[in-house]
Amino acid sequence: MIPKRFTEQALTEWMKGEGPESDIVISSRVRIARNLRDYPYPMLATNQQSREVLDKLSAVMQHEDLKEISHFTLIPLADMNELQKMVLVEKHLISPNLANESRNGAVILSDNESVSIMVNEEDHLRIQCLYPGFQIKEAWDLANQVDDVFEKKLEYGFDERRGYLTSCPTNVGTGIRASVMMHLPGLVLSQQISRILTAVTQVGLAVRGIYGEGSEALGNLFQISNQITLGQSEEEIIDNLYGVAKQIIEHERAARQKLVQEWKMRIVDRVNRSLGILSHAAIMDSKEAAQRLSDVRLGIDLNIIRGVSPYVLNELMVMTQPGFLQQIAGEKLSPDERDIRRAQLIRERFAASQHA
Amino acid sequence: MMCQECGKKPATLHFTKIVNGEKTEFHICESCAREKGELIPGTSGGFSIHNLLSGLLDFEPSQSQSAAKVHKLRCDNCGLTYSQFSKLGRFGCSQCYESFSERLDPLFKRVHGNIVHTGKVPKRSGSIIQHKREIDRLKREMMSSIEREEFEKAAELRDQIKELERKMSAK
Repeated sequence: MIPKRFTEQALTEWMKGEGPESDIVISSRVRIARNLRDYPYPMLATNQQSREVLDKLSAVMQHEDLKEISHFTLIPLADMNELQKMVLVEKHLISPNLANESRNGAVILSDNESVSIMVNEEDHLRIQCLYPGFQIKEAWDLANQVDDVFEKKLEYGFDERRGYLTSCPTNVGTGIRASVMMHLPGLVLSQQISRILTAVTQVGLAVRGIYGEGSEALGNLFQISNQITLGQSEEEIIDNLYGVAKQIIEHERAARQKLVQEWKMRIVDRVNRSLGILSHAAIMDSKEAAQRLSDVRLGIDLNIIRGVSPYVLNELMVMTQPGFLQQIAGEKLSPDERDIRRAQLIRERFAASQHA
Repeated sequence: MMCQECGKKPATLHFTKIVNGEKTEFHICESCAREKGELIPGTSGGFSIHNLLSGLLDFEPSQSQSAAKVHKLRCDNCGLTYSQFSKLGRFGCSQCYESFSERLDPLFKRVHGNIVHTGKVPKRSGSIIQHKREIDRLKREMMSSIEREEFEKAAELRDQIKELERKMSAK
């Protein structure tokens, strides 16, 4: 039995729109990759072997130290239908890879969904912590704590010279991937974004769009993450990402200020126009929705639009994805039907939020 | 908008490619995207990090005779060959790191700019590593004590080192 909140509610900790710098940083995430020393990695493991790995990892859930962190629920991927998997992917709780390709895959979720532990993904164990706002250090602390509990019970694949051994050579060493999701409309509108993103890639960090590829990120959302995992300590990696993100926040703030000073009426027009379209449109594709929602969010942050909570935007960002729309509808939908449902959902949320 | 490929289904995926500053856009439906092997967000397939890695792994500067030998390297534990590893871009088990060890320094150097881990150490296997690091430190201290002719101090340090070495061999 899968608790309904995991696959039916969009509401999850990282979407609450709270946390430091949450007008620019949507969420902070740390993921660490670990493997059991004595088992082949999931790519080569037999059904029997991956079954044993799952058993060993789920046994750790009984550990008192883990219970102290939170209550956890284990959900085997086999117990979920396609839509439920899609919803967990859209909530960023599992990876597409785990959803589609894993054998004896499972996810272990904490009650508030801040911790999600993927079993038999590319590595045996992937511990992920996801916090709202700019809390990358806090996310690392929590992931580290969860890792310590598993380490007490299991023999990890670890080498003195190479560190934690992972399936992909890009993760070896610390096995850590830390990332922040940032909303950067100011830098995009003022056309400074490519200059800044180029600079970011020169200091060993990677940038990619969320819900989109390349430099034209949908909804002006960008994810910045570390690339190097070997030869730097976890603290160095986190500090580096923290420092760079902090600078981007400052640039974004300055860009927004400048836009308001120099293009006040254009910005007011743009954000209200998007609010109007979202409040009344009958058909809305995902690309337009992402852009309009970004405009409205900017309008809220600049105090031009009042009465819509930023939380509604985070929630809509996830709820307007294909998997969620179909989950709410309770059936498979064609792309045209999805665009109609999406428009309807956004209209309802905005109306409810403005009257509240 | 209809799919540019088949013209039958509505286009749900919109790609923008920028190659050497030249921008091209195309709009296709899901099934055509799959056929073309374009990356569909949220699914597997398309160009991945592993494709990129295999490019790095196959890089064999001026060693064409030994290349054949290298590709025959095989991990005893899981059976993965080096040649498979270089195609897949992934290791098969923890033992692979040992089996392909001679080939890995240049790879890690290229991917990470480093070859040695300096971060977290698991506490259980860590105690040995921590002891080793501690012994190295004590030995350096002992040498400098001897240079300063502080022999009593050096003798103390020597005993500490012995004690640690005894603990390690007991494990």
